[in-house]
Amino acid sequence: MRVMVIVKATKDSEAGVLPSTEVLTEMGRFNEELIKAGVMLSGDGLRASSHGVRVRFGGGRSTVIDGPFTETKELIAGFWLWQVKSIDEAVEWIRRSPFRKGSEEIEIRPVLEAEDFGERLTPELRAQEAGQRARAAGKS
Amino acid sequence: MTAAQAHRTIDALWRIESARIIAALTRLLRDVALAEELAQDALLAALEQWPRSGIPDNPGAWLMATAKHRAIDQLRRQRMLARKHEALGHELEMAQSDNDGRLEERADEAVGDDLLRLMFIACHPLLSTEARTALTLKLLAGLTTAEIARAFLVPEPTIAQRIVRAKRTLAAARVPFETLRPEQLRERLSSVMEVIYLVFNEGYSATGGEHWVRHSMCEEALRLGRVLAELAPRDAEAHGLVALMEIQASRLKARIGAGGEPILLMQQNRALWDRLLIQRGLIALARGEALGESRGPYLLQAAIAACHARAASPAETDWVLITALYDELARLTPSPVVELNRAVAVSMAYGPAAGLELTDRLAAQGVLRSYHLLPSVRGDLLARLGRYEEARGEFERAAALTHNTRECRLLRERAAACEDERDEEE
Repeated sequence: MRVMVIVKATKDSEAGVLPSTEVLTEMGRFNEELIKAGVMLSGDGLRASSHGVRVRFGGGRSTVIDGPFTETKELIAGFWLWQVKSIDEAVEWIRRSPFRKGSEEIEIRPVLEAEDFGERLTPELRAQEAGQRARAAGKS
Repeated sequence: MTAAQAHRTIDALWRIESARIIAALTRLLRDVALAEELAQDALLAALEQWPRSGIPDNPGAWLMATAKHRAIDQLRRQRMLARKHEALGHELEMAQSDNDGRLEERADEAVGDDLLRLMFIACHPLLSTEARTALTLKLLAGLTTAEIARAFLVPEPTIAQRIVRAKRTLAAARVPFETLRPEQLRERLSSVMEVIYLVFNEGYSATGGEHWVRHSMCEEALRLGRVLAELAPRDAEAHGLVALMEIQASRLKARIGAGGEPILLMQQNRALWDRLLIQRGLIALARGEALGESRGPYLLQAAIAACHARAASPAETDWVLITALYDELARLTPSPVVELNRAVAVSMAYGPAAGLELTDRLAAQGVLRSYHLLPSVRGDLLARLGRYEEARGEFERAAALTHNTRECRLLRERAAACEDERDEEE
């Protein structure tokens, strides 16, 4: 199964404080371990929400709101995509991450698979949905 | 912590740690069966203690340390036994205490090489392919016998028997756990790759009712392949194998229709291809090719798969390049199946008549007499040339040869379509 490992924002990440060389080294080592185990598919860190925008829909209109945003716990600072056998395996991996020394909160969510939808997703819908995803990813 | 929680954690840890623990213990004990047994013992100890005491801070290290202690105890016992037999005196005892120091030291050496050596043992040429596959999944992927049995659609005792027999064969032959000479390395690596690709195909070819369960074999194989490529980063073929599997796996959702029928590459909805896996595949391919060796069969097949992955439609595919890659592959590993694929590529690059000529040669050789794809491809080429009556005959022949009921129905439909075309012409 594929899971998204979501790293929640902290005061520091929102303030744009970049990790120290020491933390970066440790994170590099952790990523190396994930790669060697064939677990890591991709991952990236995100800039602080002050660089981002929100687009809110309602009443047939859209409003663009510039960052930064408050309520830090609901913001994310980075993510990984992992391939694991179970969500428990993902938990064990994150337990050995450099975050174990910090105070971050990490959320782990299984990626929805087409078969999760059952019959609700007709073949036509499936194709349409995947087409959108492919265009979003850009054809290589 | 509840017992159920502890069990879930321990299962997950086993998945992450078991191969490394078994590999480290095999180095100490030079006995893979005993190594697995002691690793399991450590796991049982965790199952007993953790629900009461809580999970230790570094549970992976706990398991490894517990297993190593057991291995060292075992070695000491073996030595004591040997000493009793030989009744040696004081001198040996001095040497013994020195040896113990070295034992602890040896137990802490790096594990990367151990893992690769364990792969070589599990995929030893002495063992049958089936035994290698079962042993690899058990020792290196941390799967249970029941999980392996389910994936391969065989009864559990059969798999258990295979594993027991494989271990016995290894013990009887005293297969060493050591670094290989460069000239051996190539051969043994290909044995490992063969097993990994076989596991992948077990999942990839599954179309039956439980195909989602069996698709997990693709994930296992991909994971083992990625591990192997990291252990042998200078081996171009290891990267080639990973690239091939990543790109093929990217098509998993597109190759089975809503009714469970298989969909061939050319008819697949490419929007369903997994872009993340394609990107990973292309990167692995580039890594392999950057090593500058002449390309082996996995890299070549990956390069072919990459041509398809890069194309937005069959018509936009670089068929001339694919033909050239098949030429190279046919020179390296000549086989009728490669030849048939080459014929399809040639037909796309240079027209159906050129492709048909190649399949004529295959048909004349009579080598693929019971392989349904030969008449199926010929039927396709003949239909493209407007020779519907001959095409109908080929599709009928192909339908009679396939064992897959859905594919059979598909081929009969194509035969019927040819009949309609012919009738319209008359």
